[in-house]
Amino acid sequence: MQTKKMTFNHRWLPYLLLAPQVIITIIFFIWPASQALYQSLLRQDAFGFRTTFVWFDNFQRLFVDDLYVNSLKVTLIFAVGTTLLSMSVALLFAVMVNKMIRSRDAYTTFLVWPYAVAPAIAGVLWWFIFNPSIGILPYALDMFGINWNHRSNGDQAMLLVIIAAAWKQISYNFLFFLAGLQSVPHSLIEAAAIDGAGRVKRFWTIVFPLLSPITFFLMVVNVVYAMFDTFGVIHATTEGGPAQATNILVYKVYRDGFVGMNLGSSAAQSVILMAIVVVLTVIQFRFIERRVNY
Amino acid sequence: MASIKINNLGKVYAGDVRAVEDINLDIADGEFIVLVGPSGCGKSTLLRMIAGLETITEGDLFIGDKRVNGLEPAERDIAMVFQNYALYPHMTVYNNLAYGLKNRGFPKDEIEKRVQETAKMLEIEQFLDRKPRALSGGQRQRVAMGRALVREPAAFLLDEPLSNLDAKLRVQMRLEIKQLQRRLKTTSLYVTHDQLEAMTLGDRLVVLNQGNIEQVGSPIDVYNRPESLFVAEFIGSPSMNLFSQADLDGPTNENAAKHLPEGTDILGLRPDQLLFEAPDTPHIRLDCKVALYEPAGAESHLYLILNSNGQHVTMRVHGEPPVHEGGDISIYAPVSAVHPFNSTSGRRTD
Ligand SMILES: Nc1ncnc2c1ncn2[C@@H]1O[C@H](COP(=O)(O)OP(=O)(O)OP(=O)(O)O)[C@@H](O)[C@H]1O
Ligand SMILES: [Mg+2]
Repeated sequence: MQTKKMTFNHRWLPYLLLAPQVIITIIFFIWPASQALYQSLLRQDAFGFRTTFVWFDNFQRLFVDDLYVNSLKVTLIFAVGTTLLSMSVALLFAVMVNKMIRSRDAYTTFLVWPYAVAPAIAGVLWWFIFNPSIGILPYALDMFGINWNHRSNGDQAMLLVIIAAAWKQISYNFLFFLAGLQSVPHSLIEAAAIDGAGRVKRFWTIVFPLLSPITFFLMVVNVVYAMFDTFGVIHATTEGGPAQATNILVYKVYRDGFVGMNLGSSAAQSVILMAIVVVLTVIQFRFIERRVNY
Repeated sequence: MASIKINNLGKVYAGDVRAVEDINLDIADGEFIVLVGPSGCGKSTLLRMIAGLETITEGDLFIGDKRVNGLEPAERDIAMVFQNYALYPHMTVYNNLAYGLKNRGFPKDEIEKRVQETAKMLEIEQFLDRKPRALSGGQRQRVAMGRALVREPAAFLLDEPLSNLDAKLRVQMRLEIKQLQRRLKTTSLYVTHDQLEAMTLGDRLVVLNQGNIEQVGSPIDVYNRPESLFVAEFIGSPSMNLFSQADLDGPTNENAAKHLPEGTDILGLRPDQLLFEAPDTPHIRLDCKVALYEPAGAESHLYLILNSNGQHVTMRVHGEPPVHEGGDISIYAPVSAVHPFNSTSGRRTD
């Protein structure tokens, strides 16, 4: 690619034009991030009177802390569950909508709506639906003899937050999958039909492999979403409970820092999260550059 | 291998679009049929109905002895070559060829054997491990052919398979396709709107116009004796000159008119049937002005303007003609060379 070279008459003009962006980045990213880095090396006593510099002690403690290891495990299950659920449902919807001819646009609009709902509001919505005493779902499940109480049952709580988190992401994934499906040349499907592949086989051997760049992109986006963007969902539904069963990393940072006032440990946790984001971003860029598959 | 029988076949698309109307055609086992016609006349539609990619809305289609109207494409035992090749981009050439065999449950060693044989025949063995995007247009074309051949189907359907190739490659592939078909003797239907392909490839030529068959016959018969004004204009390049009887005056032409069949009011003359000198037999005489002389190697085209009505006349000549641009010239053609038509019916009158 050719890069355009601009020349400015004024020496300072380019810096002036860049300044707003740079200042915002410094105030809202560089400054807090370096604060977190610094904080993660400190420890305060219980009353906040004294602060000592402890090097990497906060990090070392984290990895022998059962609660933190549990949170890692919970986050893994949550992220994988959310990603799988939201992507498979989105793909299913996209395939169905793609088959329609007349009402395609109407369904697309409906399916995109959830994305406009704020996570906290979505959380409250699900909180109502799943509420063990007044919710509609526990009531319905009760008729099948299933006792729903995510306040005491950790697995059910996990299921709840996965559904609540995945729900919103379905819209986003759906749009990408639909665009992907529409860009698969029709003649390929026809060639496969002549080649003796049935509907299901055509999908899994032709269409799905051709979607793989999109699938991979969405996988990263969804994992990032599940790990970092679901605070609102957790906060509005389970608050990390019961008994740490849904206490994902982001939520634990908040709980330990702002509720438990253990600033050093909380900062160390957020530094680890930051590192995870960096790794995921690098993976994503690498693959987008290389274009998976073909 | 099989014959194909098309009975009163018709296609109406959603929205009352009539693409194909009442087509009747019997294709013998091993025959090579070329379908030609202007854009939008329904060539692809007809081919896709035979392939099973479009539903048949009227009539019956038989492949072999079996009525296949309601059958899925896979059950019809046909293979199709698409204009854009439609190769599976995520599969190697080997897998592109093997895909249809795998789906039909062929054993692994049989697949291997057939793919290798086909690849050898089409000289694409060295590309078997490549993905389609790493091939040139001509190589992709070969792979697309290979994918059709490897299954040894009852019939080949080809929809403008060469139109994405450059001129030279087109000629080469045209010859190869013809030789392949001769060798394999598989019933083939080939859609094109290239004059040369239409004239040279097939055993029989089918000229379509607005969803109807205008004429069926061997290419040379269609060329020598076009049954309608449409075919006369469409087949042959440069196309036939058509003169209205009313615009041809003078005693010579009045005499010639007596020798033409009843009802003739349009006279067709191919560019190579026009002469600089009057023949002894009854003949047509055209007084023209020379508009343009276009030398094109072995033969040249002379573009003239007819004095009586200003219409353009194309003449094909060998060597340097005795004319200069802007000059006057009279050209002639024997009555026996005239293709006589009636303008109301659009049909031939002899
Ligand atoms: N899916 C469709 N729905 C409605 N009308 C269609 C559809 N496909 C084709 N047609 C119409 O049917 C007619 C025949 O189309 P077809 O594609 O068979 O033409 P063709 O002879 O193959 O033309 P070309 O040489 O340009 O490929 C055209 O008028 C076209 O607009
Ligand atoms: Mg076509």
